[in-house]
Amino acid sequence: MKEFLEGSHAVAEIVKRCRPGVISAYPITPQTHIVEDLAQMVANGQLNSQFVNVESEHSAASVVLGGVAAGVRSYTATSSQGLFYMAEVIFNIAGMRLPLVLTCANRAISAPINIWNDQQDSISLRDAGWVQIYAENIQEAVDFHLIGYRLSEDKNIMLPVMVCMDGFILTHGMEVVDIPEQEKIDKFLPSYKPLYKLDPAEPISMGLLADPDYYLETRFALQETLKDVLKMLPKISHEFNTNFARDYKDLLVEEYYTKDAEKVIVAMGSVCGTIKEVVDEARKKGKKVGLLRLISYRPFPAERIYEILKNVPKVAVLDKAVSLGGYAPIASEVKAAFAAKKKSPKLISSFIAGLGGRDITQDSIREILRKLNGKEVNLEFIDLKPELLKESYGG
Amino acid sequence: MEDSSHLFKAGHTACAGCGQSLAARLVIDAAGPNTIVVNNTGCLEVFSTKYPETAWNVPWIHSLFENASAVASGVEAALKYLGKKDNINVIAQGGDGSTADIGLQALSGMLERGHDILYVCYDNEAYMNTGVQRSGLTPFETNTTTSPVGTQSIGNPRPKKPMPEIALAHGIAYVATSSVAYPQDIQRKVKKAFSLKGPKYIQIHVPCPLGWRHEPNQTLEVAKLAVETGLYPLFEYEFGKLTSVRQLQEPKPVEEYLKTQGRFKHLLAQKEVLAQIQKIASDNIQKYNLKVNPSA
Repeated sequence: MKEFLEGSHAVAEIVKRCRPGVISAYPITPQTHIVEDLAQMVANGQLNSQFVNVESEHSAASVVLGGVAAGVRSYTATSSQGLFYMAEVIFNIAGMRLPLVLTCANRAISAPINIWNDQQDSISLRDAGWVQIYAENIQEAVDFHLIGYRLSEDKNIMLPVMVCMDGFILTHGMEVVDIPEQEKIDKFLPSYKPLYKLDPAEPISMGLLADPDYYLETRFALQETLKDVLKMLPKISHEFNTNFARDYKDLLVEEYYTKDAEKVIVAMGSVCGTIKEVVDEARKKGKKVGLLRLISYRPFPAERIYEILKNVPKVAVLDKAVSLGGYAPIASEVKAAFAAKKKSPKLISSFIAGLGGRDITQDSIREILRKLNGKEVNLEFIDLKPELLKESYGG
Repeated sequence: MEDSSHLFKAGHTACAGCGQSLAARLVIDAAGPNTIVVNNTGCLEVFSTKYPETAWNVPWIHSLFENASAVASGVEAALKYLGKKDNINVIAQGGDGSTADIGLQALSGMLERGHDILYVCYDNEAYMNTGVQRSGLTPFETNTTTSPVGTQSIGNPRPKKPMPEIALAHGIAYVATSSVAYPQDIQRKVKKAFSLKGPKYIQIHVPCPLGWRHEPNQTLEVAKLAVETGLYPLFEYEFGKLTSVRQLQEPKPVEEYLKTQGRFKHLLAQKEVLAQIQKIASDNIQKYNLKVNPSA
């Protein structure tokens, strides 16, 4: 049934229908509405779950780790500093091969403290061994939670999934969304049957010390499984489409007018809605412009990106995060996809925009497209205010 | 050969004379096979579960240094969800550093939320796994690698953090101290703890021959002297009320305990410091009414 819902409420609804038995969270803007809604559902008896109110995000992640280890589907959500405070546990959950879904309401990182959206938080945890998928709109945020649990609990995967949705833009925005029916969800996502769990009937030890004789292979196994996710996501999206009348291609990337494009912007998350409008407008004027939307950031679909962009003359990569002192995170990996390959765009320019919630407008996107007419640029910040730069560093 | 019926088995890699390994075995044997153990990082975790071996014959999990209390909270919540909590005990455990320092926040959260979990702190009074650095439970003027004795220092400048009182302040079902010198006391208290619903905290004094610098065959003697001097009072509180103490016929002077260990050797000639340490013991004796005949 289609409803007009706030993003957070829609996510809480789908999480409820995924039937997690343990939920734990610590409040942080803009994640709060999701967990408040879930707490109310538990309070109203609409959701049978243990809701554990913890004293920190570190403990929230640890509680859900314990919940899954004891064999129960679990859920948590966080943002920004909260995700960073979880970071140690985030790596640990992946290393222990525990399936889980976490919602990251993407938000900027302090200092200066800023509650608004960019993607620096989850991108900074890219090396943790989690699957990271980024929603463009609320409907996708809803669907990705269901897909996330299904992928995470697959016996051949057994890895945690982070569903990333832009803070405020998607968490607090309203949209008409279709929340799948419980009956169909239960068929697509049966109750969690753990491969291993803490059970006195069959005692096992989990989280052992691995010395140099064993550690390397565990990290290799994580890397191999993440490569398998690249094959698994298209299969799951096909099955999802059949069950829920959707039209996802492979959940790795979305191609929007890329086939004959002379200029393509690569981007991730809600900003792609704005980019699509600019592309539509350009196409009407006969300009061959396209968008390559990255959905799965981890695993990174480098081969798909190569195939899509190899004949495109000019590419702009828009990052809503930066590896300070280095390069833009997505741009550096897009460029790496063409290293030592036969074909490559003539130019791959890298742009940073929208940090700390600065609006990325259609004009921002048009400026990026204009800049593709010049020489290749690296790490060009869009929409900087010159008058503020003087204050910042006297430059 | 050790009795194979133990739930914590022989063959682990603890040092000779390790007080913690002995106490851990006593705890889990008292708790029984229907127990899930959640372990902080530390000596016990390292010496009992080096892949591909484990000493644990109960379900056991280790995640990180400071989060056993939170992981155990999740395990307990999952058992409640499954309707299995009434039949299964949950233990969260760690050393003094992971309990009183880095894991205190998670422990406080677990105690405050009322989870039905027993937390066991194995107190060997410093970070032994990393090489004898001082912790919040290191005693006054102890010589450790990060509270060394020097021209400007006579050791750890602060007394032990009052962890049992901190646990008690959460208004929980059960708080007790014990010592590896008294195996029956440990096992009685573990059983008592599991007879009560809600959070409970037991802190067990466990000598570390390497860190305390005594002979491995002196572990139980050293632990016993800590109790007999009044420096490590054994007591138990049920629902906030002191219900028992281990009384002392005639408390021994603290020097008898201090002189058994290299970590206190530098104090033996320092009359003033000895008097301060004697006062810590005397205050304990008075506070917990440890003397059999107080007027004597």
